[in-house]
Amino acid sequence: MAGERRIGEVILAVDQISLSFGGVRALENVSFDVRRGEIRAIIGPNGAGKSSMLNVINGFYHPQEGRITFKGQTRTQMRTHEAAEQGIARTFQNIALFKGMSTLDNLMTGRNLKMKVNFLLQALHVGPARREEIAHREFVERIIDFLEIQAVRKVPVGRLPYGLQKRVELGRALAAEPDLLLLDEPMAGMNSEEKEDMCRFILDVNEEFGTTIVLIEHDMGVVMDISDRVVVLDYGRLLADGSPDEVRRDQAVIDAYLGAVHD
Amino acid sequence: MLYREAGLFKTTYTADQALFPIPLDRYFVLAVLAVAFLVVPLVANEYWLQAVLIPFLVFSMAALGLNLLTGYAGQISLGTGGFMAVGAYMTYKIATGFPDLPIVVAFLLSGLCAAAVGVLFGIPSLRIKGFYLAVATLAAQFFLSWMFNKVPWFYNYSPSGTVTAPPRTLLGITVTGPEASAEVRYLLALTLVAVLALAAKNLVRGRVGRGWMAIRDMDIAAEIIGFRPYRTKLLAFAVSSFYCGVAGAMSLFLWLGSAETEAFSINVSFQVLFMVIIGGLGSILGSFLGAAFITLVPVFLTNAPQLVGLSMPVDLQKHIELMIFGGLIVFFLIVEPHGLARLWQIAKEKLRRWPFPY
Ligand SMILES: Nc1ncnc2c1ncn2[C@@H]1O[C@H](COP(=O)(O)OP(=O)(O)OP(=O)(O)O)[C@@H](O)[C@H]1O
Ligand SMILES: [Mg+2]
Repeated sequence: MAGERRIGEVILAVDQISLSFGGVRALENVSFDVRRGEIRAIIGPNGAGKSSMLNVINGFYHPQEGRITFKGQTRTQMRTHEAAEQGIARTFQNIALFKGMSTLDNLMTGRNLKMKVNFLLQALHVGPARREEIAHREFVERIIDFLEIQAVRKVPVGRLPYGLQKRVELGRALAAEPDLLLLDEPMAGMNSEEKEDMCRFILDVNEEFGTTIVLIEHDMGVVMDISDRVVVLDYGRLLADGSPDEVRRDQAVIDAYLGAVHD
Repeated sequence: MLYREAGLFKTTYTADQALFPIPLDRYFVLAVLAVAFLVVPLVANEYWLQAVLIPFLVFSMAALGLNLLTGYAGQISLGTGGFMAVGAYMTYKIATGFPDLPIVVAFLLSGLCAAAVGVLFGIPSLRIKGFYLAVATLAAQFFLSWMFNKVPWFYNYSPSGTVTAPPRTLLGITVTGPEASAEVRYLLALTLVAVLALAAKNLVRGRVGRGWMAIRDMDIAAEIIGFRPYRTKLLAFAVSSFYCGVAGAMSLFLWLGSAETEAFSINVSFQVLFMVIIGGLGSILGSFLGAAFITLVPVFLTNAPQLVGLSMPVDLQKHIELMIFGGLIVFFLIVEPHGLARLWQIAKEKLRRWPFPY
């Protein structure tokens, strides 16, 4: 890990979260925290509740019990757009891009909370509206350069190959300049070259912008390489929490994973 | 290579974000506007203005409105006729109640009334989608028709129940009422359409339009990056209904002269929906192409048989018209949801590569 990275105070605290869907207990009394500037991985077998955990953090699922404290503010319920306003951005396990819009427009949607010019000025597209659009376009172009997706700038994302779509989705989340970035299996379904690229982007984002990242990933090699601390979930319960090395040696984790298939 | 995009390198984002980044497009639009404003009023006869061009403009405005809602924001509506009725009747009330108010102001105010009504009937969209929303907007259509029919206040207690556009002047020229010439009405309609189409184009290429398209393409993801679904959808209903309201006002004041609620019936709602589907969902240009197509086909069917010396009974003509529309709608919905506008784009791409096959 790069020496100059600074890991700071707790930015997100997940406190005794329980979530169930009818009879299914997706999460049971799960607690952990995330520190500012770190890369935190969540791992676990299929159906362990990893995606549900991210959905709870960004307000998409409302847990029956427990509290979330983000940047010092505690909440039990919140709408997803409020989470966005507080600085949480995310990507999805099954890509959730705006398929009819170009790469550029998809990234520009990520800027919407920073855009303030009123409706009337936008309709006229004069002065402030034009300047605002251009300022944000410049920001988005930096992300486009960073992710090396210049060539598909104007292509509707529905036509892009899977790996590029994943990249665009990361770009859209980055465009929001989040304090906390939630990535749900950003490398799933990629070949090893694409995985390497994605790893590099994630590390660069974390290092250059200091963005705190919570990441779900099945590829153990990747997890061990890039994360600072790892949470292990199994059947909705927290199985282990610690550095990659600690987790790897944890007997409960070894038992849970014994016989489990990984890719 | 008649039409070129390659070889044009934009050096600033301003240039890249211009309304029409390709010069040829820009010249084309300017040329169309010049012809529409300067040449058409000189050469077009009364029949063309009254039977073709003015209705085309009225329907373009309505199609623009519906396209913003359905094509861009993905909220289906069958209430277009009802929102047009709000615009028509409110302009009538405002124009007769405040005779000194400039008529264009009355148009815009009634557009705002239609926007408010649109928001009201858009509220169900926060809960329901697709087919169910279509039914809810259908209810708006029937309710508004019923209201303008049954509440005499809206038609100033006239015994026949019709509303008639009163004569009003703009800059000393009579623009509405029986004395207004077709040229003048055409020019006023054209101005309104040109200005509001520009505004629509500006909206859809900025934050507002991106919010609408985001909600259309994936509402959950839109909310997760911070678009508020309530606001975004209701704004779409408001803006769309504003356009439809102005279209209704234009219909009564600049085209029909006098009308009953029948002029804003469910048939109109469907007609405008067909325009948007045939022209291209999610395209400003498509709104115009669709409106042109649907207003021109009947004209063509009326005149073409005579040109070749045949006569076609009126009812057969109506049937053929419906068959053409029906066939095309099925075709476009299945094969090319982006409508004529997309075909136009493909043609441009072909033109760009011409004479090379690839
Ligand atoms: N919206 C929902 N409705 C009902 N059950 C759900 C819902 N979302 C998740 N679940 C259930 O909660 C449990 C945890 O699911 P979750 O998607 O969080 O697992 P995961 O760890 O992300 O698995 P995977 O590795 O397959 O992505 C599963 O049993 C799942 O069926
Ligand atoms: Mg998952």
